[in-house]
Amino acid sequence: MRKHQNLSMTNPIISLKNIDVTFQQKKRTIEAVKNVSIDVNRGDVFGIVGYSGAGKSTLVRVINLLQVPTNGQVIVNGETFFDGQGAGKSGVQIKPNELRDRRRKIGMIFQHFNLLNERTVAENVAFALQHSPLKADEKQAKVAELLELVELTDRADQFPAQLSGGQKQRVAIARALANDPEILISDEATSALDPKTTNQILALLKKLNQQYNLTILLITHEMDAVKEVANKVAVMQDGQVLEEGSTLDIFTKPQAALTKEFIETATNQDKALATIAESDAITTLNDNEVFARLTYSGNSTNEPLITTLYQKYEVVANILYGNVEILQGTEVGSLLVILSGSADGLAAGLQSLKDQGVSVDILKGKQA
Amino acid sequence: MSNWFSQTFPNVVYQGWSGDTGWLTAINQTIFMTFWSAIFGGLLGLIFGFGLVVTSPRGITPNKVLFWIFDKIVSIFRAIPFIILLAFIAPVTKTIVGTQIGSTAALVPLSLGVFPFYARQVQVALTEVDSGIVEAAQAVGASFTEIVFGVYLREGRSELIRVSTVTLISLIGLTAMAGAIGAGGLGNMAIAYGYNRFANDTTLVATFLVLVLVLIVQVVGDYLAKRYNHK
Repeated sequence: MRKHQNLSMTNPIISLKNIDVTFQQKKRTIEAVKNVSIDVNRGDVFGIVGYSGAGKSTLVRVINLLQVPTNGQVIVNGETFFDGQGAGKSGVQIKPNELRDRRRKIGMIFQHFNLLNERTVAENVAFALQHSPLKADEKQAKVAELLELVELTDRADQFPAQLSGGQKQRVAIARALANDPEILISDEATSALDPKTTNQILALLKKLNQQYNLTILLITHEMDAVKEVANKVAVMQDGQVLEEGSTLDIFTKPQAALTKEFIETATNQDKALATIAESDAITTLNDNEVFARLTYSGNSTNEPLITTLYQKYEVVANILYGNVEILQGTEVGSLLVILSGSADGLAAGLQSLKDQGVSVDILKGKQA
Repeated sequence: MSNWFSQTFPNVVYQGWSGDTGWLTAINQTIFMTFWSAIFGGLLGLIFGFGLVVTSPRGITPNKVLFWIFDKIVSIFRAIPFIILLAFIAPVTKTIVGTQIGSTAALVPLSLGVFPFYARQVQVALTEVDSGIVEAAQAVGASFTEIVFGVYLREGRSELIRVSTVTLISLIGLTAMAGAIGAGGLGNMAIAYGYNRFANDTTLVATFLVLVLVLIVQVVGDYLAKRYNHK
């Protein structure tokens, strides 16, 4: 996959530049998206994380112009869909019939599946093929092929109401893939599903990304989902992108408070922290002790951190919580520890940790 | 049996079966008026109902001017009491069908009377089609007509059948008033030959027949609505 990416154009497949989306309500102006610029490369699984109301859904609808932006530029596959300043609809650079054609190359799946209730599974998939150049029997074969891909061949003649949530989402994925799109937009596609089904859907998305080099935009409020599949992440709040980077960087060196919050939730650290913070060890922390979070990834995990601390600086680490995640093939660990030692020893020990690429958060104690 | 019937319902028997004022004639007139005004009024109602939904601010082709026009026409026609509409529309009726009286003439006010009611019902039925489904159709590049016929009409089918049933039943009610312009029918039978002549038995039987008609429409409508609902 990586090789392929290097061979292909260096131009991003989706380029959003300075996008504003403003809604005019009677007397209020709502800025749903504020000056957002994002580049998505071919083959990326790009996670957009944020709470509901952050503007994620509005932002991705700009890509296929389901939502016409107020300002900015939308370039997909090198073609400018929109370019305008306060231009509204007049900024659309593409004819309606061309737009419909381009939309067929941008698959989209939704939180509530949005299947046609009055059509069978096979008819739902076929609905997306109405304008396909394929002949009738080829369309049938295509539908069969797609249903096999999502493992729903035996459900072809059933109605959506007869399916489970995960099955419905798989039908939606089959429909989204009908016209062999290069981009798939997943708008909270796993948010209405239970954890097991969520993982199945994420695994399917990952497979599509790897096998077909499908570029995926994954909108979610669950960092967990991003952790599973995305190689890049943008964190959104109040219509703005707070932080953007590789999943590994975001997880190991989160900058924004919101990002940290998301990661804590995703790694169950928030629950551990809440319990630990109440414990006697923390509430009665001594002067020569600090309560800290250590986060490290890949390269530094080979070093015996804790042993080094003790041997070189006589700092004792009491591990209260530990967690290791594998992100994009790299181990990411986090520890909640109480470090105790002399003031000088602590300062030197913490510095040496930082030097080794371990990020240190003092949660409580003198140096906080 | 027939002796008992003619003694209990003397006026019913007096009306006869197939003459100008007979029962079969009245039934036919009611069915004739209901059927054709359902076709014309129904079509107008569908057009206005769909128009209201697609041009609304949240529709697939928002258009303030068209929406305003659809909305106001429907509101105005809905506001006119039907019995007044019958008289008020008479000159228009004459231009369209050449006469102001009779069953055929009644089709014009009946159609115009029922369409705004139906348009609102259609509007509600189609608004209930999940906007997410419409969006999903747009996302796969469906055209305007594909969304109207393939999504709204298909997804709203069961609900449209349900509101059509309600409309058809209220239309049967309207035909009863059409007697006022000499359109005949079961309503006219109940009023002109029953109530006005103190022939309570005629009123009773006419009412019963209207009830049977309503019941048939209701049962068929319910069946079809259920048949086409896969939610």
